Amino acid sequence: MTETTIRPSAVVARQSLSAWAASFASQIGITIAFLLLWLVFIVLAPGTFLSGNIYAAFATTTPFFALVALPLTMVIISGDIDLSFPSIMSLGVVGFVSVWKATGSVEVGFVWALVVGGLAGLFNGLVVTFVGIPSLVVTIGTQFLFQGLTLVLVNGRSFALVDTRTSPLYEILVGRALGIPMQFWWLVVASVATWVLLNRHRLGQNAYVIGDNRQAAQLMGIPIRRTRITLFVLTGLMAAFAGLLNALQIFNFYPALGSGYLLPTLAAVFVGGTSVFGGRGSVWGTFLGAFMIGGITAGIVAVGLTDYYTGLIYGAVILISVSIHAVLQRRFAR
Amino acid sequence: MAEPRPPVGASAAGEPATARQPRLELRHISKSFGGVRVLHDVSLRVMPGEVVGLLGDNGAGKSTLIKIVTGVHQPEEGEVVFEGEVVANLDVPTARSLGIETVFQERALADQLPLWRNIFMGRPLSNRLGLLRTGEMRKVTTDLMGESMGFTSAALTPDTNVVGLSGGERQGLAIVRALHFEADVIILDEPTMGLSLKETEKLLKFVEGIRAAGKSAIFIDHNIFHVYSVADRIVVLDRGRVAGDFPTSRYSLEELMGIMREVASSGRFTEAERYRMDIIPPADGAEAAGAEA
Repeated sequence: MTETTIRPSAVVARQSLSAWAASFASQIGITIAFLLLWLVFIVLAPGTFLSGNIYAAFATTTPFFALVALPLTMVIISGDIDLSFPSIMSLGVVGFVSVWKATGSVEVGFVWALVVGGLAGLFNGLVVTFVGIPSLVVTIGTQFLFQGLTLVLVNGRSFALVDTRTSPLYEILVGRALGIPMQFWWLVVASVATWVLLNRHRLGQNAYVIGDNRQAAQLMGIPIRRTRITLFVLTGLMAAFAGLLNALQIFNFYPALGSGYLLPTLAAVFVGGTSVFGGRGSVWGTFLGAFMIGGITAGIVAVGLTDYYTGLIYGAVILISVSIHAVLQRRFAR
Repeated sequence: MAEPRPPVGASAAGEPATARQPRLELRHISKSFGGVRVLHDVSLRVMPGEVVGLLGDNGAGKSTLIKIVTGVHQPEEGEVVFEGEVVANLDVPTARSLGIETVFQERALADQLPLWRNIFMGRPLSNRLGLLRTGEMRKVTTDLMGESMGFTSAALTPDTNVVGLSGGERQGLAIVRALHFEADVIILDEPTMGLSLKETEKLLKFVEGIRAAGKSAIFIDHNIFHVYSVADRIVVLDRGRVAGDFPTSRYSLEELMGIMREVASSGRFTEAERYRMDIIPPADGAEAAGAEA
């Protein structure tokens, strides 16, 4: 340490504008893409995109998958993937329903939903790290496992959740504040928290290194297993949380609750510039990516296409964004 | 490092007792991977202020040996002794806290991350909640860049990603990373690979500096010319065994090269050569074990 304190260095960390632009190129790119897409929608469907209603709808529904996209971003940065979160969304609500029915307490049910989500994530993490199977394969398996568990536990039935409305927690989770749905505020809180974890915490530092160079992480003594498990647990927690918000919003639980969220969530992460190869990604990108995906969903309907196009367009969006980022990364790597 | 100093009387004189004690010692290390024995009864010692060269062909077990010293792998048999104390369950954080640092070349850099995150890889400065002290890490990196790495280009900041650095710059980063944390034993794993002549010269000078500072080094290389010029002793590994241990003061480069050729073809030395060499007497380890019992 002694050699560092001899004198203030001649090289002052005065970052020029170009250096700043270089380190945030990907986030600037996604911001520009976001604004362009917005402009396109306004031009194509001015009636829809110039009214406030569509933005109220975005604030209501986008958080359901954006909340999961946040921890998923960290998982993908660390070089893993989790495809089981849609099933954890459903399974978490099963946990909520069972405890709420038994105790009559929305609060206890809420906590139990988070516990179930966390345990499901822990299961993913343990199998991935201790058995040593690629997370892609493990979480395809657990996607079916958790979904199957959900169906068996509720016997395939749906549950009405209207009675939760009287609970103060209902207002906190999916009520409104300043005229904006609470789930949007939760998304803002979760985004800030994820940003701190990713950029200002050991967890994020280690996640980046593991995703960039697994061998280096091993040589430099980074707790690889613990970090990967933690990220899976966080994803499970958030999936259960988002699943519960969704169920409360529509006053209904049905076993296929989470299944529609697989593609939009992945699309949000990849559109946001997170690298499929790991080691690169940002919370800001995922945040904007989620609203771009939300906008595309609404836009498909607004410009007069039927709902059947959504799968087609999500698939195309994922492939195009992943390809663009892969090409850009290769171009700037040398 | 509160190791039990041997005899009490030695404390008055101080250095003689400690100078005799190896800083790092490997005793009868064996290691296999999937049934293949990679290291077989390997013993090695490094004294304070000593630079030990480690030579051997691909597959001789050099990198496995290094990974055992640095705690990446654990040996099946044998023990690692640091400053006279047996280190049980040596893992990477333990090795680093003891002051064993490794320059792993660019293999241990994260390309897409900024310089400061690479310098502090594996042990970032953080508070009790795990929140990073990024300002401090950037400042230390800035200072290291100016003073130790010789990075003077204004285009390089602590936030520059490693991906754009040259081979020499990466080397500088890897070395500075090892040095910043006050290492006592510095392991250089193939440090001259991919370096220009001038960069190699700089590196060899740096190794001289390690010795001058009273620190120890293990220098692994394919290139006998590089190793011979800086090492006090050269240990030759062959197919997982120590094939020879040559003090460079007693062997000329030509002699060594002849011996190396012979090892490569026959895998062994003549009796006469064995007699001249400083092969570590295995009795040493047995003696210590006996004393404890």
